[in-house]
Amino acid sequence: MSVLVFAESWNGSFKKGTFEAITFAHDTAKKLNLSCVAVTLGNINDDINSLSNYGADKVISVNSDFDSCDNKGMSSALAQVAKQENASIFVISNSNTGKCIGPRLSIDLDASYISNVVETPSESSPIKIKKKAFSGKAFEIAQTTSSKCVLALSPNAYTITENPNPNCQTDTFDFTTESSNVTSEKVEKSSGKISLAEAEVVVSAGRGLKGPENWGMIEELADLLDAGTACSKPVSDIGWRPHSEHVGQTGKAIAPNLYIAVGISGAIQHLAGVNSSKVMVAINTDPEAPFFKAADYGIVGDAFEVVPRLIEEIKNFKANN
Amino acid sequence: MNILVCISNVPDTTSKIEFTSDSTAFNTEGVQFIINPYDEFGLTKAIKLREEHGGKVTVIHLGDASSEPTLRKALAIGADQAIRIDSESKDSFGVAQELAKVISEQDFDLIITGRESIDYNNGAVPGMLAAILDLPFVNACTGFALSGDSANMEREIEGGKEFVKASLPLIIAGQKGLVEESDLLIPNMRGIMTARTKPLTVVSSNGTADKSKSISFEKPAAKQACKMVEVGQEKELVSLLHQEAKVI
Repeated sequence: MSVLVFAESWNGSFKKGTFEAITFAHDTAKKLNLSCVAVTLGNINDDINSLSNYGADKVISVNSDFDSCDNKGMSSALAQVAKQENASIFVISNSNTGKCIGPRLSIDLDASYISNVVETPSESSPIKIKKKAFSGKAFEIAQTTSSKCVLALSPNAYTITENPNPNCQTDTFDFTTESSNVTSEKVEKSSGKISLAEAEVVVSAGRGLKGPENWGMIEELADLLDAGTACSKPVSDIGWRPHSEHVGQTGKAIAPNLYIAVGISGAIQHLAGVNSSKVMVAINTDPEAPFFKAADYGIVGDAFEVVPRLIEEIKNFKANN
Repeated sequence: MNILVCISNVPDTTSKIEFTSDSTAFNTEGVQFIINPYDEFGLTKAIKLREEHGGKVTVIHLGDASSEPTLRKALAIGADQAIRIDSESKDSFGVAQELAKVISEQDFDLIITGRESIDYNNGAVPGMLAAILDLPFVNACTGFALSGDSANMEREIEGGKEFVKASLPLIIAGQKGLVEESDLLIPNMRGIMTARTKPLTVVSSNGTADKSKSISFEKPAAKQACKMVEVGQEKELVSLLHQEAKVI
């Protein structure tokens, strides 16, 4: 038996979430004494052998071309490989692609589906595992009641570690794609920004910034820190920033290493989406802002004074390190 | 156009989440329940599509009778009829199987769900429905326009969006963007009055097919007190983030 992991790619390149999923699958397989098999779909430009670096014992490439929206075809290919490899556990990253494929896969494999997983299983038969629930306000210990399961790993929740396997085998799998029932017409990238879901640092701002014209300093701070930019719900609702930047209970849930909140009071709905961040910094004029109860570091002060000085200090820091 | 909107009944977004004393279940005492916010975008979109193209909007929900006020609210907002599957299914697999059975007995052109529910966040029912019913599926859908027998849609992808196309019937899992927050319909007095007489059909369960269960819940560990840095001492903050927190 094996732990199968989907080595997700976009335009032929693996993503950070892919390596998290492989590390997680390797650790789970080791714990349960199973082998770890990675599966790639479509054309891969990256070195397939890089997957063995994170602990894959075998890499199977499905070389057919898939439309980026063909969740049915991708799921069906993965299910066929899972059957061939006698997989009892199937790991995916809970990315946008993963969310399209995972639930389909669980039906195709007649397996239970547990998403937002944050740790390897604490027990193996049946599988008992910790996942996020209530939009980050709590954790749930879930237990499968079937012999097979699909586990969707929460992004940025599991640390990537290298477990090089010099004896990793490679293999190919023949799969004939049918025409996709959903087709991609065009992709529009947000202007050169770092994907929020995978960003290690996120700089976020709220209504305290007073208007969309004041976001220049937020973007400058984000650029300096190689960070993604985010915003609170009111800011996206009034159209100062795009919806894709809204983080919180009804927006995106994120888990960066560092979250800097500028002019965001820290309502419970906002904190729910960001409290998985490892370190949080709050900058707010109101000393009573609820964010200071959740943050690790805080400055009570005017964003228009604090942020420019912070930018200067980070420039100095970068020049000296 | 025959549209189905799947509705989850979830704790209000402002709810403090508490569990029973043995930590095995969510403590619903004093909690206000609402239409899952992601489903609300879908419901408004469905009503707008009906206004443009004619047809009927049905809402469906799986749960016990305590969720009927939420279904009545959906009717008050503008849905034509509601179906409640009286079931104790708890996990996505079981819920999807029961929904699919009822859906397959009818003829829907478009099935709209939320991207996920804000309570258990599994985000799996729409994709599972698509697999069981063998329908095209677009997740994280932020735009939908009908064009004859097919639909032009937008979906969110990492770091951008993708414009996609599929033929009806199909399933979309929606979120903000499908309609804007300011477009969300709220019940008016007439809506509330007529909702009382709109059909709410209760369908009995077919037996659950759950494949997982909740064992226990825990809250995130309490944070240590926030370390305050004086205004003007931003340099100190940078050094704390570097040396103590080790995040830059």
